[in-house]
Amino acid sequence: MNNKPAQKRFVGVPPMKEEFTQVGKSVPRIDAPKKVKGEAIYTGDMTLPGMVYGKIKRCTEYAHAIIKKIDCSKALALPGVLAILTGDEAPNKWGIVPQSANETALAVGKVRFHGEGVAAVAAVDEETAEAALDLIEVEYEPLPVLLDPFESMNRAGEVLIHEDSPGNILHAGDQIYGDVDKAFTDCAYVLEKEFHTSYVNHAFLEPHSALASYDPQSGQLHLWASSQVPHYLHRQMSNVLEIPMNKIRVTLPTVGGGFGGKGEAASSEFVACLLSRKIGRPVKVTFERNEVFFTHKGRHICHMKMKIGLDKDGYIKAVDFDNTMDGGAYAGWGVVVMFYTASMIHLPYKVPNARARVRRVYTNKPTCGAMRGLGGVQPRFAMECLLDEMAEMMGISPYELKMKNAVESGHTAINNMYVPHSEYKKCLQTAVERSGYLEKHGKLPFGKGIGLAGGYYISGTAYTLYQSYKPHTSVLLRVDTEGGVTLHCAAAEIGQGCTTVMAQMAAEALGIRYEDVHVVLGDTELGAFDLGSFASRLTYAAGAAIKEAAAEINQKLKEVASGMLGCRADQLAIKDRKIYSMYESKKTIEWEKAVQACVNSVGALTSIGHYSPPRRKGIDLISGNRVQGANIGHSPTFGFSCQIHEVDVDLETGRIRVTRVTEAGDCGKAVNPMSVEGQVEGSIMFAMGQALYEEIKLDKNGKLLNPSLHDYKTPTAMDMPEMDTNIVDSYDPTAPFGVKETGEGAVQPTFPAIVNAIYDAIGVRFTELPITPEKVLKALKEKKLVKSSA
Amino acid sequence: MKQLIELEINGRAYEIPINPRDLLVDVIRKKVGLTGTKKGCGQGDCGACTVLIDGEPVLSCITLAIACQGKKITTIEGLAAADGKLHPIQQSFVDHGAVQCGFCTPGMILTSKALLDKNPKPSEDEIKRGIAGNICRCTGYKKIVEAVSAASETMSAEEVK
Repeated sequence: MNNKPAQKRFVGVPPMKEEFTQVGKSVPRIDAPKKVKGEAIYTGDMTLPGMVYGKIKRCTEYAHAIIKKIDCSKALALPGVLAILTGDEAPNKWGIVPQSANETALAVGKVRFHGEGVAAVAAVDEETAEAALDLIEVEYEPLPVLLDPFESMNRAGEVLIHEDSPGNILHAGDQIYGDVDKAFTDCAYVLEKEFHTSYVNHAFLEPHSALASYDPQSGQLHLWASSQVPHYLHRQMSNVLEIPMNKIRVTLPTVGGGFGGKGEAASSEFVACLLSRKIGRPVKVTFERNEVFFTHKGRHICHMKMKIGLDKDGYIKAVDFDNTMDGGAYAGWGVVVMFYTASMIHLPYKVPNARARVRRVYTNKPTCGAMRGLGGVQPRFAMECLLDEMAEMMGISPYELKMKNAVESGHTAINNMYVPHSEYKKCLQTAVERSGYLEKHGKLPFGKGIGLAGGYYISGTAYTLYQSYKPHTSVLLRVDTEGGVTLHCAAAEIGQGCTTVMAQMAAEALGIRYEDVHVVLGDTELGAFDLGSFASRLTYAAGAAIKEAAAEINQKLKEVASGMLGCRADQLAIKDRKIYSMYESKKTIEWEKAVQACVNSVGALTSIGHYSPPRRKGIDLISGNRVQGANIGHSPTFGFSCQIHEVDVDLETGRIRVTRVTEAGDCGKAVNPMSVEGQVEGSIMFAMGQALYEEIKLDKNGKLLNPSLHDYKTPTAMDMPEMDTNIVDSYDPTAPFGVKETGEGAVQPTFPAIVNAIYDAIGVRFTELPITPEKVLKALKEKKLVKSSA
Repeated sequence: MKQLIELEINGRAYEIPINPRDLLVDVIRKKVGLTGTKKGCGQGDCGACTVLIDGEPVLSCITLAIACQGKKITTIEGLAAADGKLHPIQQSFVDHGAVQCGFCTPGMILTSKALLDKNPKPSEDEIKRGIAGNICRCTGYKKIVEAVSAASETMSAEEVK
C-alpha cells in the first residue's frame, strides 16, 4: 500500500497542525537590553517629588505575645518624623483567599511570629525612620510559643493562635475516591512511609518594595509595587483602606523575581499606602533582606504519610495520603495549597482509588504560602521515592514501573480531573535515553548514583477565588497608524518572560512580527483584567485571550482588504505583514496599508479578548458527589516532565554534589524555546537548593536564626551541575497555539530524582529534606553499624 | 557632619555631600541617581550591588563611599559605548537568554567584566568560580556561564576592553 499521497498539501486548506512564524522562535527577551544597561526601573529605584520613607517596627523579642502598649511619643518627637502608624488604625483583615482572610497590615492586639510588624514610621529619610523605630516602645506579655504543628494541635486547648480557629487548624479536608482500603487488600505490593519537607524561602533577589502616592484632593491612590498579583493586591488594598477599587491604581515597575513570594499583598504595600494617606505625600517602603524572611510566604512544611499499592503486574491500585502542613502564623494561600497537595496524588499516573486526608495547622512562625510548584513538590517527593523503592521490591526498573502507569492524552482521573493531552511517556523515554539511565542505574560504584523522577503541573487553574464567571484574563489590542500594535493586559512580568511570549503570540495571531507589538503590562488602569502570575497560567490564558482579540481585528482588516483587493474576505489570510488571497497569490496587500485604509475611514481598531477556563467539577466519579476542595487541581491542560540526576556523595564529608541532570519536558508548544530552557534550568537549581542546602532555622523561642543570604544557603554557580534539558515534541490541540506550562512543572521531579540518586549511590533512602552532609554522615555511620552487626 | 567628597564614576567627577558612614551603594543610587546598581541584601552576600573600583569587583553595599575618593568607579551605566552600543558582555547576556528578572544582572555583568579583563579566555570552571559571589535565583546560572563564555570569544576576536 502506498500512503504517500496523504503527504500532499492542498492549496488554501489550512494545515492540520498550525504552522507558526513567531511562536516557536528563541527570540531574545524584549526587556533584556534595558536590564543589561541598568536602565530597568524597579520600585526601589523610583523617587517621586516630595517622597518620604517608611519603615516597619517589628517584634523581635517574641514569636507569640499580647501587645500591651505601644508608646510612640518619643518617636513622634524626633525631628524629621512625619507620622506613625499602628495596627489598630487599619484593623480590616485581608487574605488572598477571601474565606480565610485573617491578616492585618500590622499586628492588632498580638503578634503571632517573630518579626511581625507592630508599627510603622514615615520620615524624611531612611536614617531618621530607622532612628524613630528604636524610639517606639512596645510592651508585650509573652504567650506560649508553638513551633511544631503536632504540638500546636495537641496544645490547642491551652493556647490558641487565632481565637476563631479551634484546634489551631486553619482547615482540614478529606477527599476519598473509590475504596482505598479494599484496593490495598488486593495488592501484591504495598509500601507506606513518612516524608518531611523543610522550611524554605523563595529568596528572590529584589526585596519587596512599595511606593504609594495618595492624592487627598481626588481621593485617588496610586501604588507602585514589586508584586506578581496586581489584581489581588488591588483588591486587598481596597478592603484594608476602604477605598473603592476604581480609586486605586496598581502599577508594577520591573519586578525582580517572585516565585510565589510576591503572590500575596505584603505589609510594605499596606504600610506605604496607609502612611501616604495619613500625610498626603508619596511614601516608599523597601524591605531589608531579613524582612523578606519575616514576610516569608514560602513553601509549606509538610509532614506526610503516603501508602501506595500495586497489583502483581505493577499497576497502581491505590494511593493513600495523609498530610499535616505546618503553615505558620496566618492563613495566606494555605487552604488552596492544602487542597493542591491532595489533588497532586492523582497524576501523572493512573490511580483508580485515592484518599487524601489533609490539614493545615497554625504555628508561631512566619507564614507559609505559595512557592514555585506549590502543593506539588511535597507529594511528588513522597510518590516518586515510594515508586522507586517499589520498583526495587518488584525487581524491575523504576523507569518501567513509571512507563506502565503513566497517563496518556484523554485520561480522566478518579476525581474527574481531565488531561486533554500528555507526552509524559515521551519525557520519560527521552530523559532515560539521553542519560543512559538504564545502563547506569544500580551499576555505578559506591558513592555515585543516578536517580529518576517524573512530575506534572497545572497550566492555570480551572477556578477563581471568586464564585463567578469572570474571565481570568482579558487582553485589549489596539491597532492604529500612530502606536502600531499595542497589547494591554494587567498581567505581571516577574522575569518569567511573559512580555516577550505575549508579543510573539500576538504577532502570530495578527500575522505580523513580534517586534511590531508594544506590550503594556502590569497596570490595573492601563491594562485589561488579569488574575496574576501564578499557577503557571499566563501563557495559556493570555494565548487564548490574544487569539480571541486578534480574530476580531483580523476580521475587520480582511473586510477592508477584500474591497481593496477585489476578493472575498473569508478567502484572505494574514501572515508576515501581508494580507493575501489563499487562492489567487497575486492578490496581496501590505498589512500596514490595510490598517491605514481602515483607520482613515473608521478610526483605530480595538478589540478585547477574554479567557475563561473550562469549568470542571471536582466530583467523585463513582458516586457523582461533589467533594470539598476537589475542583482545586483541575486545569485546562497539564505540563509533564522527567528529570534524571546523577550525584557524587563524598563519603568523608557527607557532601552531595549533583554532577549531571538530564531533563525532558512536555510544555506543549514552546513559544520561546530559549525562555523554556531558562525556566527549566532555573527550576532545577531552585529545587536543588531546597533539596540539599536551604532551610530557615529557628531557635526554641521561634526566633529566626538565619534571615540573611549569608546564612540561608542558596546555590551558587559553583553548585551548578551539567544540565541537558530537552523540550519534547508536543502540541496540545485543545490549547491556544498548542501551549502548556513550564514555569512550575520543572521543579516537581527534582527532590525525588536527587533522593533516588542518593539511594543508588549509598543505599540510603532519605525521607527528610534538606539532605545535609550531617544527615549523610549519620546515615553512613548507621549503615556501617548495621552492616558490622549483621 | 556632612562633608564634600569627589567621586569619579563612569569617567565623570561628582562632588557629593556625604556622611562618613554613607555606603557607596546608597551614594551611587540616591545621591548620584544611578539606580542600575542594585541592593539585594545590604550585607555583602548576594553580589547585586557589585561595581568596579579600579577594575576590581567590589560590593558597594559594604564599602564606605568616603573610602573611594581618588578611585575610578564603574557602574553598569558606564559599560555601554558612548553611542549606546552594548558592551559585548551585555549583548551576550541578551542573546543567550542570561537575563530573566534582571536584578542580579548589573552585578553579574560587572563581575564578568572584571573576570574577562584579567582572564580573557576563562574555562567554564573559571567562569563559575568568577561569578560564584553573585547569586541568581532565576536562571540556574547555565545561560549566564554560556553568555560569559561567548562574550570572551567575541571580545578576544574584537580585542574589546
